[in-house]
Amino acid sequence: MRALLLSLLLLLPLPAAAEQVVLGLSRDEVAITATFEGSDILIFGAVKREVPVIDPGSLDVIVTVAGPSLPVTVRRKGRVMGIWANVASAEITTAPSFYAVATTGPLDEVLAASEDLTHSITIPRAIRALGGGIEGTRAFTQALIRIRAGAGLYQVLEGAVHIDQDTLFNARITLPANLTEGDYRTRIFLTRDGRVVDIYETRIGVKKVGLERWLYNMAHERSLLYGLMSLAIAIAAGWGASAAFRALQR
Amino acid sequence: MQIYLPIAEVSVDAFLLVGLGGIVGVLSGMFGVGGGFLMTPLLFFIGIPPAVAVATEANQIVASSFSGVLAHLRRKTVDLRMGVVLLIGGLIGAAMGVVLFNYLKSLGQVDLLVRLCYVVFLGVIGGLMFIESLRAMRRSRSAAPPQRRRHTWVHSLPFKMKFRVSGLYISVIPPILVGISVGVLAAIMGVGGGFIMVPAMIYLLGMPTKVVVGTSLFQIIFVTGFTTLLHATTNQTVDIVLAVLLLVGGVIGAQIGTRIGTKLKAEQLRILLAGMVLLVCGKLALDLLLTPTELYDIASTAGH
Repeated sequence: MRALLLSLLLLLPLPAAAEQVVLGLSRDEVAITATFEGSDILIFGAVKREVPVIDPGSLDVIVTVAGPSLPVTVRRKGRVMGIWANVASAEITTAPSFYAVATTGPLDEVLAASEDLTHSITIPRAIRALGGGIEGTRAFTQALIRIRAGAGLYQVLEGAVHIDQDTLFNARITLPANLTEGDYRTRIFLTRDGRVVDIYETRIGVKKVGLERWLYNMAHERSLLYGLMSLAIAIAAGWGASAAFRALQR
Repeated sequence: MQIYLPIAEVSVDAFLLVGLGGIVGVLSGMFGVGGGFLMTPLLFFIGIPPAVAVATEANQIVASSFSGVLAHLRRKTVDLRMGVVLLIGGLIGAAMGVVLFNYLKSLGQVDLLVRLCYVVFLGVIGGLMFIESLRAMRRSRSAAPPQRRRHTWVHSLPFKMKFRVSGLYISVIPPILVGISVGVLAAIMGVGGGFIMVPAMIYLLGMPTKVVVGTSLFQIIFVTGFTTLLHATTNQTVDIVLAVLLLVGGVIGAQIGTRIGTKLKAEQLRILLAGMVLLVCGKLALDLLLTPTELYDIASTAGH
């Protein structure tokens, strides 16, 4: 009950918001087809003001895009009798499959640490590890970030949001080809001197379509039929190649 | 050309996959091995999730083995009777292997065990075959008559059966035992087991090399077909798009491989297979011994 109340409170617009975000997306759905090679999403918007703001603080925009969260296990190798084996592992309760943070400037300047704590904006904040007290869990989370960043799945794009006359802004986020299906939570934070003054949240749906969708559904819903179909294709291909080669030799 | 794989959920180059399938297919047709022990590590390397790689590879082996077996059937180099006997053992062994695999998984460290299995078996089999075929080549060069078919304990067992194609009259117990042990290993290591089966047929059962390849392929079709169905129904990890790309290359490769195989001498065939097995063994051993560049890795706990 308390959690529900808390989430309701969070959903309410921040009190006395003198400035608000108005947003547009180049697309709010990404279709994964057989020839999907990744996708660019243009996020653009404006800062709406009811009254002119006489605020000396600098205005910044932070855009985050997060893929569906899943638990992951991170393992560490160590030397056991001269052989490299997995010696330790840590369960990370939730880690987004994709995460991008784009900002107008360096993250530590545009975002106060306390605000990061509340809204979980930076990558380490977006990942929650089980048993935070355990010695060395930090090393595992860092390793997860390092590996996923190397694969282009975690991106920190400082300065990638362009803001024009403190009003119009736009950012381009590149989604890689190895995307997981699901809703991609997109958040836009408006900050003044590192403090969040407005939040806008939307979702980008990433879905398999056409043949990809059909095969995926079949594999999960009618798995025996799918398995038999795989075997039939394999046998047919084997026979086909054999027959073709015999015809060629004649 | 990039293709998005619906089950593996990664985007890969279609031509690269067809090419890989082709190379492994040639080896499959030549040596009667399914090629899983080569292809599975290659698929890991290009970024296919391990569970999908193992399951899909089984499906691809069905195709290339079937293509190869048809070619061998026309040459009458398949001992169907021996194949069925081995298969009975193989299926019993595979079922036992799955139970053993799940038990080891509950103990942890199954990964390391699988790798050690690979290194030990590839090393021992490759080494023995290499030495034996070198000796055979030297013997044939000095033109001494090869001494074959010594009377061993294998020939004094009961339940004798005639295997006409192989020219053998032996007890069914050794082939069943060979089938069971290969089945167990195949289930644990996630391969068809051809690279263990072929030497076992040559050295333990004394079958002629030419018949061994076709018979091994015949047996592999059923074992990997069974594995494919098992993976498809329990883990949903068979990626049909990936399988099609691999098997287009694979079936063509298998036809070419079979033709190359018939032109080579038995000793040459064995020494080449031994060299390849040792090469893979060396690579896996190095992975275990050398310091890895990244000490950490991610294992997805969702799904499989």
